[in-house]
Amino acid sequence: MQSNSLAGRAARLLGLGAGIALLASAALAEPLKVGFVYVGPVGDHGWTYQHDQGRLALEAALGDQVETTYVESVPEGADADRVIRQLAASGHELIFTTSFGYMNPTVRVARSFPNVRFEHATGYQRAPNVSTYAARFYEGRYVVGLVAGRMTKSNVIGYIGSHPIPEVIRGINSFTLALRSVNPEAEVRVVWVNSWYDPGREADAAKALIDQGADIILQHTDSPAPVQAAQERGVWAVGQASDMARFGPDAHLTAIVDIWDAYYIDHTKAAIDGSWTSQDTWGGLADDMLRLSDWNAAIPADVVAEAEAAKAAIMSGELHPFRGPVRNQAGEVVVPAGDIVPDGDLLSMDWYVEGVQGSVPK
Amino acid sequence: MEMLDLTVAVLVSTIAAATPLLFAALGELITEKAGVLNLGVEGMMLVGAISGFATAVTTGSATLGILAAVLAGAGLALLFAVLTLSLLANQVATGLALTIFGIGLSSLIGRGYVGTPLDRLPRLDLPVLSDLPVLGPLLFGHDALVYLSVALVFAIAWFLGRTRPGLVLRAVGESHDAAHAIGYSVIAIRYAAVVFGGALSGLAGAYLSLAYTPLWIENMTAGRGWIALALVVFSTWKPGRVLLGAYLFGGVTILQFHAQNMAAFQVPSQILAMLPYLATIAVLVLISRDVTRIRLNAPACLGKVFHPAG
Amino acid sequence: MPIRLEPRGEASVAWVYLTPVLAVGLTVIAGGVLFAALGFDPFRTLHAIFVEPLTSLYGLTELGVKATPLVLIAIGLSFGFRANVWNIGAEGQLTLGAIFGGGLALWFYGQEGPWLLPAMILAGAVGGALWAAIPAFLKTHFNANEILTSLMLTYVATQLLAFLGYGPWRYPDGFNFPQSRMFCYDATMPLLVPGTRLHLGFGFALFAVAGGWLLIARTLIGFQIKVIGLTSAAAAYAGFNRNRIIWFTLLTGGGLAGIAGLSEVAGPIGQLVPSISPGYGFTAIIVAFLGRLHPLGILAAGTLMALSYLGAESAQIIIGLPLAATGVFQGMLLFFLLACDVLIRFRLRLGRPVPAAAVAKSAEAGA
Repeated sequence: MQSNSLAGRAARLLGLGAGIALLASAALAEPLKVGFVYVGPVGDHGWTYQHDQGRLALEAALGDQVETTYVESVPEGADADRVIRQLAASGHELIFTTSFGYMNPTVRVARSFPNVRFEHATGYQRAPNVSTYAARFYEGRYVVGLVAGRMTKSNVIGYIGSHPIPEVIRGINSFTLALRSVNPEAEVRVVWVNSWYDPGREADAAKALIDQGADIILQHTDSPAPVQAAQERGVWAVGQASDMARFGPDAHLTAIVDIWDAYYIDHTKAAIDGSWTSQDTWGGLADDMLRLSDWNAAIPADVVAEAEAAKAAIMSGELHPFRGPVRNQAGEVVVPAGDIVPDGDLLSMDWYVEGVQGSVPK
Repeated sequence: MEMLDLTVAVLVSTIAAATPLLFAALGELITEKAGVLNLGVEGMMLVGAISGFATAVTTGSATLGILAAVLAGAGLALLFAVLTLSLLANQVATGLALTIFGIGLSSLIGRGYVGTPLDRLPRLDLPVLSDLPVLGPLLFGHDALVYLSVALVFAIAWFLGRTRPGLVLRAVGESHDAAHAIGYSVIAIRYAAVVFGGALSGLAGAYLSLAYTPLWIENMTAGRGWIALALVVFSTWKPGRVLLGAYLFGGVTILQFHAQNMAAFQVPSQILAMLPYLATIAVLVLISRDVTRIRLNAPACLGKVFHPAG
Repeated sequence: MPIRLEPRGEASVAWVYLTPVLAVGLTVIAGGVLFAALGFDPFRTLHAIFVEPLTSLYGLTELGVKATPLVLIAIGLSFGFRANVWNIGAEGQLTLGAIFGGGLALWFYGQEGPWLLPAMILAGAVGGALWAAIPAFLKTHFNANEILTSLMLTYVATQLLAFLGYGPWRYPDGFNFPQSRMFCYDATMPLLVPGTRLHLGFGFALFAVAGGWLLIARTLIGFQIKVIGLTSAAAAYAGFNRNRIIWFTLLTGGGLAGIAGLSEVAGPIGQLVPSISPGYGFTAIIVAFLGRLHPLGILAAGTLMALSYLGAESAQIIIGLPLAATGVFQGMLLFFLLACDVLIRFRLRLGRPVPAAAVAKSAEAGA
């Protein structure tokens, strides 16, 4: 197969000038081997599943210019070093490590392979051959917060948390700020399930929140179980990681969908054409690193319009979810009006804004 | 009134959380009463879950799904029985290997089913009765499997305590040499007990993937097979106490979710998450103090190899 | 039944060594069929699993790294299993070892010296032993079954580590991510082979193998453990203190699991994180029985088990074999290994059995 396409290209090249042929020789080279390290199984229907969708999109887009490999369910302990090293040693020139726990292993291995490019998701350590990338999922949660504020009747929103890390707390806060900007009466109750995916516990947590009066369920866990629970109990839900509408067609307001396709394609292209450099990418709605799936038809048109306007404003930079005034749980203004919380503070966020019940587990 | 509603809601959630544990633990109880220790519950549950789910999606019939799950669990248990009863392999290690095998097999089968929705197993909906306050949701609002799980508790208690085959099963677990000497086929009885245990583990898996959370995700049992194993020990091999244990564990799990939003429980969620495990230990300690009664219940030949001529 | 088992008069020495070879051979055949059925080249796949990890010095040292916790824990568990003490909570004891030893490294950060690592190792052993002391205490004082208590305490330990990792022990300059600071040089395991990750923990594992052999073969308590495991009635008659055996086996098992946990965090990981072990405490139970509870057997079984994990990784990288398939393959390998052991004490016979009276009848075979 490969030789066929090579022959075809060579034949086409014959008709072109020598200068172009020289240029094209880069494309004729061996396919770039791209490795992916996943923390869960590709069948988790969440975080890892979406990364694997990105990998498949990369294969589809770049065809025989790339050859991809993945290793799934790699524990975030001593094993990660070995897997990353083995990928580097077996000719992979670009390696994506897709979980926070791979940060130190990635940096360690990168030191031994200066010619291999590494990309670590959601971390903060970089090196000349190590980039980091993450998505501003909180932007999506802000838009959803506006809708929730308009849609809630009970003014209680249930929020299922996985682990109390800044990423999750930032999402809760962003959501709550939007929620209370349109509905100051509404409050957010958080239940931690201490797991990224355990459908049973997620469903239990959703039911507990619904029993406490929540009529909208948010989740920062990966399985569609909370959406199912919401559907069954006749309340709203917002999906996470992927479009979960088919698990609760009536309940599903929208979902905050992780999109890695464009990122993986762009950065692999950069690695192929030699323009790859170590970067820190924290992309949002404007960079197409997350999307909101289709709105539920039951949401009134003016609410959708308001949400779409906010989305457009975030994309244009006009609106920032963390623009002051931001109050903490005690009601004190911690970010003065007009100020924007800097990225460094967002990255390490470990406090709740006003309107969230309970305290951050520390 | 609001407090009452919340209590009912907690109880209803508890029943759902406890049912898969109850099925798997009852199955393991029968297996262990016959003197066999099968630590492969988690693997059998997973294979049951995907078999049930795949069948229900493909055929559109939840009943066929449940049947497939039962057969799949029984099939895996049969493999365990051949290895440990006919080939005399070590039971503890074979059970753990069965779990590794089951995790792999279930995700292999399930690769095409991730992200597929399925309608939940229907709930009982009786006119008038299901709409009663308090009693309606508590007693008349569940799916068939919930009622089956509770009925099984009584059926198994009756079988073990009141029937001749039950007595034989216990005798085999108590002293296989004596049972053999009287003329019972120890191996055949143990085969039956192991396969029955596997069938119930498969049913537990089906409850997860068809009723509790009707979907398929790899490793969706999330350790429930291990809890079921612990519950058998907790029950001191008595069916009634399996029910108690499963509902206690399920109940504390649900309660700690509620406690997270109560001002009186402002402790880290990880500490609250320890509660179901600590509660199980505490109750076990309380009921274990009577040494002689425990000895009477624990099958004396548990985990020991039997060969009629060995 | 056309095929039946006939007891050998004595265990066959030859089959003790031949059964693993036979089992691996059967696994290769069955695995080949499985891989071919899934559309993979069976020869390339088997090569990737069994040979590829062994083709470099780095691969060989990684085998040692992966086998270290398995062997350490399995040796500790084997004492208990011989005496019918069912500690299946080594995973939790490992976690507590990591918390105690790793906690010391964090506590003394900035005031370290060459004394720190030995102190951490000691703390790791103490942490693991303390966690195992709870089931021992509940067993000896309240008759509470150690299967349940040790297993439940594993989940408690996991939450405890999560609490510390997500909370008080976070690295202050780490943007509140759930991991501690990296341990300083004095708090990390020295490497046995420079340029690889093979660390002192592997030395401990070998030491535990030798020590385990000495203990069982040469000491009084080892003798008592063996006797109690074979016939508890005889042990009671001989006046052995059953509680002492429970305490000894649980504390030893917990201590070794604790050292395994500390070796992981002070070795290849180098910091405390919420997930330090992919279930070593459970896998070690298989390793202990696969090694027939004998220290050298455990060393061999631990190495084979480690190879199957490394092989799973290379098969994914080289062939693209999904992890699910290697799980099935690993299960088959274990089934064959465990089932073939029957040939040590029995021979396969075709046809009708000889009259039962002609066969010497012995009491229960060792579990």
